[in-house]
Amino acid sequence: MKFSIQINEGPYQHQAADSAYQFAKASLAKGHEIFRVFFYHDGVNNATRLAVPPQDDRNITQQWTELQKEHNLDLVVCIAAAQRRGLMDEDEAKRQGKDANNIAEGFRISGLGQLIEAGIESDRLVTFGA
Amino acid sequence: MTTLHTVNKSPFNSSAFDDCLGLAKSGSTVLLYEDGVYAATSGTKPADAIANTDGVTFAVLGPDLKARGVEGKIADGIKVVDYDGFVDLVAEHDKVHAWL
Repeated sequence: MKFSIQINEGPYQHQAADSAYQFAKASLAKGHEIFRVFFYHDGVNNATRLAVPPQDDRNITQQWTELQKEHNLDLVVCIAAAQRRGLMDEDEAKRQGKDANNIAEGFRISGLGQLIEAGIESDRLVTFGA
Repeated sequence: MTTLHTVNKSPFNSSAFDDCLGLAKSGSTVLLYEDGVYAATSGTKPADAIANTDGVTFAVLGPDLKARGVEGKIADGIKVVDYDGFVDLVAEHDKVHAWL
């Protein structure tokens, strides 16, 4: 079956970012397809490559990057939510005249239309959030 | 049309569980996970409400029970599932409604 996942909560905030990752992993292990993972609201903070959690703790961003590589996942960050929270890719940094970008490998920034499309194209949309 | 309702808030902090229970139709399933698992602990008002709700199936996520040390306190009639079971519930129902 084709699933999409929406994540509305940042990493290390409560548990939603972890729940979503565990759900995604279990879905893939059972042979389901993940059409898209959409990071919305504070969920966009899952996509920063500048976070350095303690070495004995899980690195949530890296977990997504690795899962993306392994399964060629489409990890989409909402652009409006990202702009508000200072998360940007190279193009966006240039456009806004900023001196750096911070998006992690495997994520891409796009619009809310991608969430709507995920809802239409997937058999199920599962939301994790605050 | 069957719905899987997911509740991730403690019933003692949020109205999400009560709201969900008030609107869940017969044939639907309510999955309690994260702090939502506290609704499944025996001897509480939410557990009584679960016992008095007909036609709705209740499930609780085992790893989240264990993380909170309440795996031995689950009220009767509530099914414990793991993440595999969570995925199956999503697949078995027509849609998923997250009570955030």
